[in-house]
Order: sequence, then C-alpha cells, then structure tokens
Amino acid sequence: MGKAKAEDFSSIKDIPSIHTLGTGTPLCAGCGGLEAISQICDILGDKSVIINAAGCMTLLAVYPFTPFRGSWLYTAMASAAAGAQGVRDALDILLAKGRLPAEEDLATVVLAGDGSSCGIGLSATSAAIDRNLDFLYICYDNEGYGNTGQQASAATPHGARTATSMGVNGYPGRKKDLFAIWAAHRPAYVATVAGAEPLDLSRKIAKAMEIRGPRLIIALAPCPIGWEFDPSETVKIGKLAVNTGVWPLKEYIGGKVTHTFIPRRRSPVEEYLKAQGRFSHLFEPHRNEELLQEIQRGVDEYWEGDIRDVR
Amino acid sequence: MKRAMITGNSAAAWGARLAGAEYVPAFPITPQTEIIETLAQWIDRGEMECGMTTLESEHSMITAAASAAATGIRVFTATSSQGLLYGMEMLYTVSGWRAPFVMVNVSRGLASPITLEPDHNDILAARDSGFLQLHCATCQEVLDCILIAYRLAEDERVRLPVIVNMDGFHLSFTREPVEIPDRDTVDHFLPDFEPGNVRFRASEPVSQAVTVLGGALYSYFRYEMHLAAMNALSAFDEIAADFTSVFGRRHELVESYRTGDAELVFVMIGSFATKARAAVDSLRRAGVAVGLMRPLLIRPFPRDRIREILAGKKGVAVIDQNLSVGMGGVLHTEVASALYGLPDAPLVLNSFIGGLGGRDISAEEFYEMASVTTKAVSDGRSLPPRLLFTGQELAEVRRLQEIAKSGRKGGNGGKGES
Repeated sequence: MGKAKAEDFSSIKDIPSIHTLGTGTPLCAGCGGLEAISQICDILGDKSVIINAAGCMTLLAVYPFTPFRGSWLYTAMASAAAGAQGVRDALDILLAKGRLPAEEDLATVVLAGDGSSCGIGLSATSAAIDRNLDFLYICYDNEGYGNTGQQASAATPHGARTATSMGVNGYPGRKKDLFAIWAAHRPAYVATVAGAEPLDLSRKIAKAMEIRGPRLIIALAPCPIGWEFDPSETVKIGKLAVNTGVWPLKEYIGGKVTHTFIPRRRSPVEEYLKAQGRFSHLFEPHRNEELLQEIQRGVDEYWEGDIRDVR
Repeated sequence: MKRAMITGNSAAAWGARLAGAEYVPAFPITPQTEIIETLAQWIDRGEMECGMTTLESEHSMITAAASAAATGIRVFTATSSQGLLYGMEMLYTVSGWRAPFVMVNVSRGLASPITLEPDHNDILAARDSGFLQLHCATCQEVLDCILIAYRLAEDERVRLPVIVNMDGFHLSFTREPVEIPDRDTVDHFLPDFEPGNVRFRASEPVSQAVTVLGGALYSYFRYEMHLAAMNALSAFDEIAADFTSVFGRRHELVESYRTGDAELVFVMIGSFATKARAAVDSLRRAGVAVGLMRPLLIRPFPRDRIREILAGKKGVAVIDQNLSVGMGGVLHTEVASALYGLPDAPLVLNSFIGGLGGRDISAEEFYEMASVTTKAVSDGRSLPPRLLFTGQELAEVRRLQEIAKSGRKGGNGGKGES
C-alpha cells in the first residue's frame, strides 16, 4: 500500500479489507479516533514514521508493543510538528548525501489530538506550515482533553458538558475553527474526515499522499467515555454528525474549499445531541429550547451561507 | 591549523563546523545569536555542508534537534538563558531518547529582573535533565569542548546529549587567541557519527520514546541513563588523552591550579574562574598558600577527583555564580556532598555568591574571600552563604532608587520603589 490514488476509491469495495493496524491496544472500546486512524493507516502504508503528541494515542505504543507496521516517535504535547521537522530534515539530508536509498524513505506523519492541535501545539504547527514542511498532520478531534477525562478544549462544541463545564449551559465557548486557521496558512491540503465515512476518508488520505508540503487532516473522533454514548454506537454518532451537518466533510486545496458531501436534507441537530450524554442537560430535567435553537441556528447558518466561501 | 583572534561565539561555530555537524535547528537569542548567524553565513557561502532550519521556539528547536539525531545524523544547536528554560521540558524528554547531539548554552542571568549579562542559574537549572555539562573558561576551550562533547555524546557507553556552556559577553563577545585545527586533523579525533539502532529506516521500523507502564520499567530506563552518564567520567579521560595526542592541548575533568601545597582552595566554574586564577597568583606572591579548583564537567559530577584535590585542605571557598533562592550556591552544595564522609575533608567549606547578572568579582573581593576563609579556619567553623556586594554598589542602587521614587514631575507617591 501507500501508492493508492484518490480515484482508486469509487466504491466501498475498493477500500482495503485487510487492516494493518494491530489489535489489542489499551484504547477504550468504541474509540472513534482509533476507528479513523485504523482506516488512515490502511491507506498510508507502513513506510511512515508517526510523530506523536501527548494524548490518547500516546497509549498506542506501550513498551514493548506497538500496533503500527511503521515507525513511531513520541515527542511532547506541544512540539510534534517540530519533531516532524527534525525527522524530515534529517531524512532529506541522508537522501541528499546518498546515505539513505530512496526506498528507505519514510512519510513523516504527525498524530495529535484536538487539545494539542488547537492549543499548546498550534504555534509549532503554524510554524511548520510556514516552513512548507512536507508532512501529513492528523488531528483526531474528540472535542476535549479526552485522555485526562474530557475537560473542555478549544475544540469543545458550544453547550457540551465536560469535566470542566458542568453547569446547566455546558461549555460557554465556541469550537475553534482549526480548518479555517490551517487553510489561512495556504498549505498544500486540508481536509476533514470521519471514520463513519470510510470512502470519503480513503479518497482524502490517498489524495493527501499524492501531494507534497503541509497536509492536514481533522478526523472526527466520537468518544464513548467523554461524549457519553455506548461504544457500539460510534459509527452511528459519526453518521449523525455528518448527516445533521455538525461535521462538514470538506477539503481545501489550491486556495479553494470544496464540500465533499452535502447532506441533501439535513437531520435536526437534536438527533445528534440526544444520542450523547454530554448534551443531556439540554433535554433534562427541562428542555433548554433557547440553547437547542442556538446550536441548530449555528449549523443552519454554516450551510445556508455560501459554502464555497465557508472555511 | 591557524591561529585567530575570535569570540567565544565564533569558536562555538568553528567547533560545530569542524565537527562536521550536518544539521542545525536554530532560534535567535542574545548573547547566542552570533553562533547561528556565523553558521548560516558559512552554509550560504557553501563553506559548510549543513542543513539549517529556524524554528519558532527553543522548545521546538530542541525537539527538532533530537528528532534529527534520532533519525541518525550529527546535530548541533545553541541557545541561552530564557531559551534554555523555554525548552526545558524537551531537555528532560530528549535526553531519554539516547540520541546524541551537542548544544551550546551561552549563559545569561534569568528574569526577573530581565538582563542580558551572565550567570549560571540558566545552565544549572538543566543540571538534572540528563544532558551532560561541560563548562568552558576560555574561547579555546569552547572550540575544543565541542569536539570532545561529540566524542562523549556519541560514545557507545554514554549515548547522551551534551551541553557545552560558556559565559555570555565574557566569552561570547570577547576575542581571544584560538587555535583552529584543520578538518583533516579533526577527522583523526572525531570519526563520522555511527547512529547504531537509533535511526529511522523504512525496512527497519522502530518505535522510539514510547510509553512505559509501571515504575519498575521506568526506573530501569532512568537508571540506565544515570549509569551511562557516570560512564562519561572514565570515557572523558580516554577522550581527553586522545585529544592531547592529536591536538597537543590538555583538558582535565577538573582543573587544579596551584592546589598541591595549598591550604586554601577557591572553587569556581566558567570564565570567571580565570579571575580567581589571577587572584591566586597575586595571593601567592603575598605568601598565601592558595589554589584554584575548576570542574570542567558538572554532569557527570567528578566526585572522586574533587575529593582527591580537596583532601587535606584547611579551607575551601566555593564561589557560585548562581543563587538557589532560599538555599545559597548550587556548586557549594554539590561540593559539600562530595566531601561528606571524607576522613581528611577540609574543616571549612565557605559559600560565596557573586557574579550574578554579569556583576564583576574584583581582585580585592578574592583577597577578602581568602581572608574570611582563613579566619573561619582559625575559628573552626564554616560561615553561612555570603552575598558579595560593595558599599559603593549599594550607594549607587540607593541613588537609582531615589530616581525611581521621585518619578516624573509631581511624583507617584513613592510607589515606584522596587
């Protein structure tokens, strides 16, 4: 693998049926982040070095085990992108000097959560894009500091209950638009994906692997523990996020944003919210009509605007 | 080989160039910036075959340095003061990667108050990070120690990153005569980097710096780092002997100057020790039996060598260019721990704090420290830490405080006093 092209994926049958990521990791049952990463690895192939920022996925490689066929380097929460810079620069120096045959080269991949990506690691990531670093950045977005028990992060949606926003109105802030922030840097590629939409995901990863430069993927990572739903419902939650319009599937390339899936008839956001305990305070003990309408309005305004200009 | 009058920063750049550094991740900070500017110019002119990337912070810079080293190339970087502390998380993190590289720190006092001039609180904050530390006293030593540092860092018994420290301004911006060896000669001393299994290759996937679960496994890897650092003591002696045979110059784990028959010994690190050395000569002419001990390595700590040098001495004056607030001098504590239980340990181990933020230590102050320590010996007890400050300096501070208090016309009610 690793040489798949976006056009190779025209139907679900084209997606690899043999998965390369090993099983038996210490991650939670039903982890939506792992669902996406597993599919990403199938397209990425094993000629890769994953540079990890502190978060849930740091627990994938626990001595002496790893589920990855490729290589791994854990860095810190703030500087995975700088780690990717060091590895990429070193590989390029070795290639240029003839000390590394081309077939021994590796794709440099950052794996970081939304807490790292939107906050402590944003400066290092922004600078890596400035330098036009040739790397793939994967942000698994579980909309909070999941590994420490789902405290609110900059990616937490408005109104969600987290360990640090337990009040009747949940999290007062608004989800940081990381896609727009990344796109504003004019990198080679930015895309959102969801594990519940494998065809769209596979096409985007394959497309990203055909391009050089900074390529950034935000993967929806429904979190059974932090979002409070049964682990068997991860795919359902992902589908609801897409079909209600909460999680737009889109890509940025060559200065243009394209939505790769436009829900023809968006389901009410309520269906998505009701399925998760983190929004239960919007329905019980009293229905919070004002906040529910505000959340629905936010989604409607996104889609009713000219989405070609929407970041 | 050529001789040139160059700054400590230039000597550091020459060290990196002659060592054949292949990659320099960089971030500017006074008084270190001249090092990376010099390297950048050589690279731009094609005089040095090396990659260079400017990062957006020292935290990222140290991450990139170690990541490149972990990919299997020879890496050099440099920082100073606030930058070293900004990157502190990564110092502790990357030393455990066992991916060797060399970093120069140009010492500068830490905020607050913010200053540009040197002391050792920055570098000593990295004391327990797992990086080895070499403290230079001259520009020649800066160049030589970088070459030695690569041998030490890459030695298979050690495999730890090394910091080579020099004092800001007093070395970084001061020109001294320096012998710059030829690359061919250096090649005899420092072979190409052999990364071993610490590298990334598609055909040999590895996981580096992974999580461990449980204290036993964690302890095992931390103990390994400690034992590897301790191996650097004997490795240094071998490497220094090689250095002498190739270049003629001799570098000791601990420099001892006129200590043989000394009754009193000054203990210092870094360039200010050259002031102590001059004071030793003056005091010797006045009939005082005094010497100087200067550890070149602080990590690993050359405990046994220090015990050998200080055994049987009457009084020791440790002059710390740092201040552990609420305790005193860091070096004093370390020397005290080395001497504990030594049967003929010095009776008196006095602590003096001086040279903070570039404050000078005058010859008279060295004479005073010798005299205070002689008296302490006759009194039979060590004194609490003494903070060097003169009446003249206090008068000047008071004068400035008056200006600060008076403020603009109309004043601010004296609230500006600090």
